[in-house]
Amino acid sequence: MISVLAQAADQGGGLVSTGEAVVFWILGPVALASALAMVFARNAVHSALFLAATMLSLAVLYMIQQAPFLGFVQIIVYTGAVMMLFLFVLMLVGRDSSDSVVEVLRGQRVGALLLGVAFALLLVAGVGRAFSEVTPAGLGEAGSNGNLTGIGRLVFTKYLFSFELTSALLITAALGAMVLAFAQRRQSAKQGQRGSVIQRLRGDRISPLPGPGVFATADSVAVPALLPDGSIAPGSLSEIIEGTPVDEKPRREPDAHALTDGRASTKVVDE
Amino acid sequence: MTVQAQAQEGLTRTQQLLADDPLWLVLLKVVALFAIGVVLTLFMIVLERKVVGRMQQRPGPNRTGPGGWLQSLADGLKLAFKEDIMPVMADKRVYFIAPVISTIPAFVAFSVIPFGGEVSIFGERTVLQLVDLPVGVLVVLACSSIGVYGIVLGGWASGSPYPLLAALRSAAQVISYEIALGLSIVGVILYAGSLSTADIVASQSSGWYLLLLAPSFVVFLIAMVGETNRAPFDLPEAESELVGGFHTEYSSLKFALFFLAEYVNMVTVSAMATTLFLGGGQWPWPLSFLNANGWLQFIAFLIKMFIFLFIFIWLRGTLPRLRYDQFMRLGWKVLVPGSLLWILTIFAIRTYRTSGAGNVTTLLVAVGIGLAVVLVVAFLVPDRQVEEQVVELASDYPVPPLDLSVPTPSRHKLRARPVDAGQVRKPALTGGPSAKETEDV
Repeated sequence: MISVLAQAADQGGGLVSTGEAVVFWILGPVALASALAMVFARNAVHSALFLAATMLSLAVLYMIQQAPFLGFVQIIVYTGAVMMLFLFVLMLVGRDSSDSVVEVLRGQRVGALLLGVAFALLLVAGVGRAFSEVTPAGLGEAGSNGNLTGIGRLVFTKYLFSFELTSALLITAALGAMVLAFAQRRQSAKQGQRGSVIQRLRGDRISPLPGPGVFATADSVAVPALLPDGSIAPGSLSEIIEGTPVDEKPRREPDAHALTDGRASTKVVDE
Repeated sequence: MTVQAQAQEGLTRTQQLLADDPLWLVLLKVVALFAIGVVLTLFMIVLERKVVGRMQQRPGPNRTGPGGWLQSLADGLKLAFKEDIMPVMADKRVYFIAPVISTIPAFVAFSVIPFGGEVSIFGERTVLQLVDLPVGVLVVLACSSIGVYGIVLGGWASGSPYPLLAALRSAAQVISYEIALGLSIVGVILYAGSLSTADIVASQSSGWYLLLLAPSFVVFLIAMVGETNRAPFDLPEAESELVGGFHTEYSSLKFALFFLAEYVNMVTVSAMATTLFLGGGQWPWPLSFLNANGWLQFIAFLIKMFIFLFIFIWLRGTLPRLRYDQFMRLGWKVLVPGSLLWILTIFAIRTYRTSGAGNVTTLLVAVGIGLAVVLVVAFLVPDRQVEEQVVELASDYPVPPLDLSVPTPSRHKLRARPVDAGQVRKPALTGGPSAKETEDV
């Protein structure tokens, strides 16, 4: 089905086939509405989702215009990786944090508004001119062997220098990000699993601190834990909570048969 | 009509057959793909429980239906009738749509899998495949990257800390393992010269890429487990750390949808591994006469796919879960650089072959001599001396000595004692005197 639709789009540069028109009139409004919703959504994650919806609609529009490679790369790279990174950061920030109303840079909003309107005018003028004056070339020679071959040939012959420059820029940016991230962590060297085990063995306590209420008569944090012999475990005492007095049981003599209820020992003695 | 014919000239045989499919056949294929996905999910859940059960020396589910094989069907029905809970803190719309987002791409990815060869369905020649896009492999990658949105959004929208942590893990996991997955496919694309799944299968008729591109295959195998959130990489649903992971707050059909998506994704990546590295539906050499029939190819495809699915289960029954930093280290420091090096090697070999500077035999001999020299040098270099570590006993705590040897029980205690006739031995720990004591008396 899709290949048939795509073939229909192949016939002639300027004509728009029925299938393409149907898809456009469904996805165009969706993309536009999502873009607007992205701007006006209160929640940052909702904004990110609407942006993803816009990107997906654009990707399908690319596919229907016989650029399946561009469409799927748009989904994989932008929707899959870049937006996922955005979501990652947004979740780290927290779901209930909202935008601050305080304007940090003076006159920032007015400036942004003016620049935005100017950019929109530029775009409309450029695209409008393309509608009226430029004759569409269609896929023609560049796409005769399919998307992938065409793009590959152009990137590695005609545009090789700009391609390499872009990759150098990206690598520099990645290295810079790594340097910035690692420079801050140097102060406290990470102590490995082995190091922490040795530290614990050399310290005064091997076992973890007793939780509140262990061997105690109540499970409140105010009640200290009792050690198996009945004394209060000092590690379980909280510094900020006032303790509740517990009655320390009298210490018994250590009895090796305590766990068997004294059954076996008495029997032997009896007989 | 002439335009149509011209457009069809550039198409492969598979694409021509698929373009001729009438609408009813397309619908039939869609329904069949959906059915395959659901049925395989139900089957895989029972199979997994049974196989893992056998690995742990217990029978697994064996009550519902013949041999217990209907257990997951019963579980599915039960899930559908459970109460659908919406947490108070949940973001209602996102919470609702997240399972749907994770399920739909899983099924969409099915559409480009070439399940078998050319067959005739009700007199219509066609191929056991829904579409054959020129960028078919990318469809699977794209679907898996969208499907993760379901997990991430579901975890976020639950409004609860554990699912949020799982969502964070999942987001980072997918970004890192998708790179390794993509890089492992590059080798296959280079050799096949196409991104279309049907072309990739056709190009393996002389030999499977499993042998030719073994490093790519290994990377793909590891990355596909990471991509589907399966053990030992199931960090987003690590039950010992995060309760239930991203689906902690989900219940009823929404939970079932997440489950469905996970298993369909497993089937999809297994099918992709079969397509990319095991020659799709092609039977291997002694059975290659079976390749003439498209339906028999379908059976071969299923067999190969189930090998991968069994590996999934096997891994789950065998390996412990990786810690998060170990997982990330494996992805970024082993898989990605490893596959980049391997791609470089492929480039070098191909350039050498196409430039015609010499034949492959001399190249292989040269590489072999180089490797031998490296090995000899590696053996001659003495091992680094590892100094013995003196463990000091830390404190007053009773620490067993390091050279502790467990004493073997003495032989006469093991020997069976003859039971005296007429004397009834009472079991120990019943309150009465034990047999030992009566004997002593």
